[in-house]
Amino acid sequence: MINKKVKNVQEALLGVKSEMTFMLGGFGLCGIPENAISELVRLDVREVTCISNNAGVDGFGLGLLLENKQIKKMISSYVGENDEFERQMLSGELEVELTPQGTLAEKCRAAQAGFPAFYTPAGYGTEVAEGKETREFDGKMYVLEPAFKADFAFVKAWKGDAAGNLVFKGTSRNFNPNMCGAATITVAEVEEMVEVGELDPNNVHIPGIFVQRIFQGKDYEKRIEQRTVRQK
Amino acid sequence: MALDKTGIAKRIAQEVEDGFYVNLGIGIPTLVANYVREDIEVEFQSENGVLGMGPFPFDGEEDADIINAGKQTITTMPGASFFDSSMSFAMIRGKHVDLTILGAMEVSENGDIANWKIPGKMVKGMGGAMDLVASAENIIVAMMHTNKHGDSKILKKCSLPLTGVGCVTKVVTNLAVLEVKNNQFHLLERAPGVSVEDIQKATEGTLVINGEVPEMNI
Repeated sequence: MINKKVKNVQEALLGVKSEMTFMLGGFGLCGIPENAISELVRLDVREVTCISNNAGVDGFGLGLLLENKQIKKMISSYVGENDEFERQMLSGELEVELTPQGTLAEKCRAAQAGFPAFYTPAGYGTEVAEGKETREFDGKMYVLEPAFKADFAFVKAWKGDAAGNLVFKGTSRNFNPNMCGAATITVAEVEEMVEVGELDPNNVHIPGIFVQRIFQGKDYEKRIEQRTVRQK
Repeated sequence: MALDKTGIAKRIAQEVEDGFYVNLGIGIPTLVANYVREDIEVEFQSENGVLGMGPFPFDGEEDADIINAGKQTITTMPGASFFDSSMSFAMIRGKHVDLTILGAMEVSENGDIANWKIPGKMVKGMGGAMDLVASAENIIVAMMHTNKHGDSKILKKCSLPLTGVGCVTKVVTNLAVLEVKNNQFHLLERAPGVSVEDIQKATEGTLVINGEVPEMNI
């Protein structure tokens, strides 16, 4: 067993610097790497590029980095939940690259899997395709999209072990598995660190080879954006 | 009388067939799930990584790790599955989803759709909409026929930045059911009490009317 376990978030984020590009898992606030985000705020790294489906909300998630004006550029598919984001974008302080959600996921997966680029039909004929190579296959038009390049990927899993194996829960899985191994260094934080051998190899979602550092996260808030219930 | 949002959702629910995997967008489309016939088997896919979505949880049973694309807490049905975002869009891009229902700000007679950006005013992003409309073969748009100033949103050509080109197959509005075919809107049904003239007046795009146009049965 190759040991990937580090003792805390500080050790996990060693080497993080200003002007780097980060991938961060999560859909809305579901499955975001809360501990890594807090540490990025504490380290006060500046001028960073963040690849994340959403940009958090005011006061939580990536909203914390935005408020602190640490982010130079956001690459996301949907950013409608954050007033500070909108303010920075409309004032030109923040550079924003909106990418179709499936393309965003696949640009991560392509980096993980060693593909330099891929063709997708998403965005053809729209401003997303402007300046990009297009090509016809079987009578349909496609847009060439390059894989992402990132320095660190920060992901959050439900369970993990020192070998770096990960298991996700519910829809908090989302982009997290696609970002594992898609950056130079992948840092996984887990709600529950289990003993090596405890995870059934049949049920491992991400094999440890895609993870460089893993640590036991703490104080998860797991905020719900839209608490929606029915009455009994 | 023109339909409200619930009425639009009820009419669209009639388009859902037994054995369909269905992707519902945010807004009116989300309501469609409430009105699907109970004697058929349908599975709802949510782009954030769940197939087999169930109703909202009971108060106190919500789970922060189980949400839909609108970030609402949900439940799952027996036989449901979770998966990552790349696989979710493999289902969508790979045409494994049978029906896509989404909202729009504008549609045009050649099937273009605009629903993600109003330059200078509103930029929320396209989310999964561009992936959905680029690949789905059966796309129903749920929308209001006109904006709040009474201007038509059923157009010859979209004025807003496009989400996809030539992809919309059917539009259900508060006034009518329209099929998009041969670069024209074909009027299939009227909302109860709404006249063909009312619909014609509210439609900027080319509207084809063939014989007697029946009222929707809701």
